[in-house]
Amino acid sequence: MTQELTLAAIIIGILHSGIRLATPYLYAAIGEMFAQRSGVLNLGVDGIMLMGAFMGFFVVYQTGNLWWGVLAALMVGAFMGLLMSVVSITLQAEQGISGIGLYMFGLGLSSLLFKTVLGTVEGVQGFPELKFQITSIFSLYDIPILGPIFFNHSILTYLAFLLVPLAAFILDKTTWGLKIKAAGQNPEAADSLGVNVTVVRYVAVTLGAALAGLAGASLSISLLNIFQENMTNGMGFIAVALVYFGSWRPYGVLAGALLFSTVNALQLWAQVLNLPIPSDVAVMLPYLLTIIALAMPFRRAAQPAALTRPFTRGEN
Amino acid sequence: MRPVVSGRFHRFFYDHLLNYLLPLAAVLAALVVGGLILWLQGVSPLEAYKAMFLGALGSKNGIADTLVKATPLMLVGLGIAIAFRGGVINIGAEGQLIMGALLVTYLGVTFGERLPGGLGILLLLLAGAFMGGAWGAIPGWLKARLDVNEILSTIMMNAIAIQIGYYLLRGPMIDPAELAAGTNIPHSARLPKNLDMARFTDVAKALGFTKRARELGLEGYTAQLYGVLAEPTRLHVGLLFAILMAVLVYIFLWRTTIGYKIRAVGLNRHAARYAGIPVERTMVLSMTLSGAFAGLAGAVEILGLHHRMFEPTAVSAGYGFTGIVAALLGGLHPLGIIPSSILFGGLLVGGDKMQRAMQVPQVLITAILGLIVLFVVSTDYFKRRLQTRRMVEEEVFFEKESGGEEVEEALS
Repeated sequence: MTQELTLAAIIIGILHSGIRLATPYLYAAIGEMFAQRSGVLNLGVDGIMLMGAFMGFFVVYQTGNLWWGVLAALMVGAFMGLLMSVVSITLQAEQGISGIGLYMFGLGLSSLLFKTVLGTVEGVQGFPELKFQITSIFSLYDIPILGPIFFNHSILTYLAFLLVPLAAFILDKTTWGLKIKAAGQNPEAADSLGVNVTVVRYVAVTLGAALAGLAGASLSISLLNIFQENMTNGMGFIAVALVYFGSWRPYGVLAGALLFSTVNALQLWAQVLNLPIPSDVAVMLPYLLTIIALAMPFRRAAQPAALTRPFTRGEN
Repeated sequence: MRPVVSGRFHRFFYDHLLNYLLPLAAVLAALVVGGLILWLQGVSPLEAYKAMFLGALGSKNGIADTLVKATPLMLVGLGIAIAFRGGVINIGAEGQLIMGALLVTYLGVTFGERLPGGLGILLLLLAGAFMGGAWGAIPGWLKARLDVNEILSTIMMNAIAIQIGYYLLRGPMIDPAELAAGTNIPHSARLPKNLDMARFTDVAKALGFTKRARELGLEGYTAQLYGVLAEPTRLHVGLLFAILMAVLVYIFLWRTTIGYKIRAVGLNRHAARYAGIPVERTMVLSMTLSGAFAGLAGAVEILGLHHRMFEPTAVSAGYGFTGIVAALLGGLHPLGIIPSSILFGGLLVGGDKMQRAMQVPQVLITAILGLIVLFVVSTDYFKRRLQTRRMVEEEVFFEKESGGEEVEEALS
C-alpha cells in the first residue's frame, strides 16, 4: 500500500481529513465559546455531544431525513443546555463539578437508549460528500490538488466553517454579542445598565449546548454514519480546551480546531501508512497536545473575568 | 418573629439533619428520574430496583461484591475530598489509579518472588501511592505554575494513562503465556501468590472460624451475613485498609497543620496567602495526595482482587468518576465517604444484577450517577440559603436582646 501512494496523495489525504475532522470540534468549541464568554464554564460538552450523536442517528434511522436528524440533535442539545443552566446559573452549583455530572448523565443515557432502542443497528446513510458539479463534465472537485482537499466534504462541514465568521459577527457587531461579553466580563456593571445577566447566560449556554448536540450529530450522521457507546472519546473536553487555546475568539478557536484535527489526521494516516510508531502512542498525541496548548502563556489576559462566577442581583 | 423556643431545634436542623437529608433527597430524586426512564421504556421501575437491591444486599456474594467495589471507591473518594477541600478539582483519578496499578503490577511481577509477603504488599502499596501521586502532581504543578485548568489537564492525563497502559500491556508487560499463544490480549502475567492480600475468609480461618454457616445451624439472612465474614468470597482486607485510611485522612485534614493549610487554601485562597500560607505549594500538595489515594486504590485492586493487570479501562472501571460522586455525597468528609462508598458499591453491583435479571443495561447506573452529581451540587444552593437565613435570624435574636431594630427592618 505504501508504495502505491505518492507523497502528494498523502499530503492531500492528510489535509482533506484535517478539514473533515475539524467539523465536530468547530461546532462544539464555538458553542462552548459563547457559554464561556457569558461567564459559564460548561464542562458537559462531551455528554451533550453523545446525546446529540444518538438523537441525530436515531431520527435519521427512523425517518431517513437527514435534516430532521440535525434538528433533533440541536433540540436535545438545547435541552441538556437548559438543564445545565438551571443547575449552574439559577442554583449556582460549582460549575467544574456540575459539568462532570452532565457528562456522566449524557454518557449513560445515550448508551442506555442506544442499547435498548436500537441495539443492533449498524449504520445509516449520512450526509453525502458534495463535489460541486458545475456542468455535466466539470465539478470543483476536478480542480487539481485544491479540489480533493476543499471540495469533497459534507454540507455539515461547510456549515461548521461558516459558523466561525457568523460567531465573530454576533460577538463583535451585535447587541447580543455585547451583552454576552458584558455578562462574562463584569456582570454587576452589565446588570446596572439594564442587561438581564441571567437571561443572557441562559441563552448563551443553551445555544452553545445546541451546537454541541450538532457536533455530536456531525459524527454520527456525517463523518462516521454510525453510533457507538462513548463514540466522542473525550472530544467534548478537547473542545472546551480549544476555547482556552483560541483565547475565547472565534478565529482562535478555528486555528485550534484545525491544528487538532490535523494532528488527528496525521495520527490516523500514520496507522494507515504503517509508520513505526505504536498506535497506542500515536492516539495519545491529541491529549498531550491539549495539555501543552493549555500551558501556552499568551492566552491569559483574554479569559472572561467572571468565568465560573455565579451572579446574584444585589450582592457585591 | 418566630418564638425563640424553637432555636434549639433550628440549630440541630441546620447543623446536622440538613447535611444528611439533602444528599439522601438527591439520591432519591435521581432514582426517581432513573425510574421514569425505565418506565418510559416499558420496564417496571419497582421490579428493576427490587432486582438491584436484592442483587446488592440479598446474598453473601452480593454483599461481599458491594464491599469489594466500595473499597476502591473509598480510597479514590478520600483523594477527591482532599483535592476539593484544597480548592483543586481532580477529575484524573481514573488515570492515577491506572498508573498506580501499572507500577504495582510491574514491580510485583518482576521482583515479587523475592519479597516476603507482608513487607512486599506494604512496599507495593507505597509504590502505587507514589505513582498515582506523581501522576496527580503534574496537573497540580501545571496549575500552580502555568495556571493550566486542572479539570481539563486531569481529563487529558486520564486518556494518556489509558494509552500508556495499552502500550505497556501489549508490549513490555504482556503475559509471556499470552505472547506464546499469539492471542495478543493486553494483560500482564499474574503476580506471585505471596503478594495476594488476605481475604476475609483467610482471616476468619486464622481466627478459628472454620465452620460454614450450615454447620453452625445458621439460617436465612443471618447465614448470609455470617458467610460474608467467614466463607470464601471475593472480599479482601483492602476494605479494612480503606476504612483505616478514612480515619487517618480525617485526622490529617482536621488535626494537623498541613491539613489545616490545605483547607484554608480551599476556603479562601486570598486570605490563606495573606496569612502566609504558600498557596501554590499547598495546591500541588493537595493534588499529589489526591493522586496518591487514587494510586493506592489501583494498588489495592491489583493486590486484593485482580492479581494481574489487564485492559486499563476495565481495571479503573469508572471508579475515578464514581469516586467523585461518592466523595460529594459523603459531604467531602472522610468519615462520610465510608457509607457513601458502600452505597455506590451497592449501586454498581445491583446494576450488574439488574442487567442480568431484567435486561436493563448497566449504563443506567452511569446516568443515575450523573443525576446524583447534578442534584447534590444543586442542593448546595439551598444549604447556603438556609444557612444565611439562620445567620440573619441569630443576628436578629442578638440584636433584640440588645434592643436593636435595624436588622429586623432589613429582614422584612
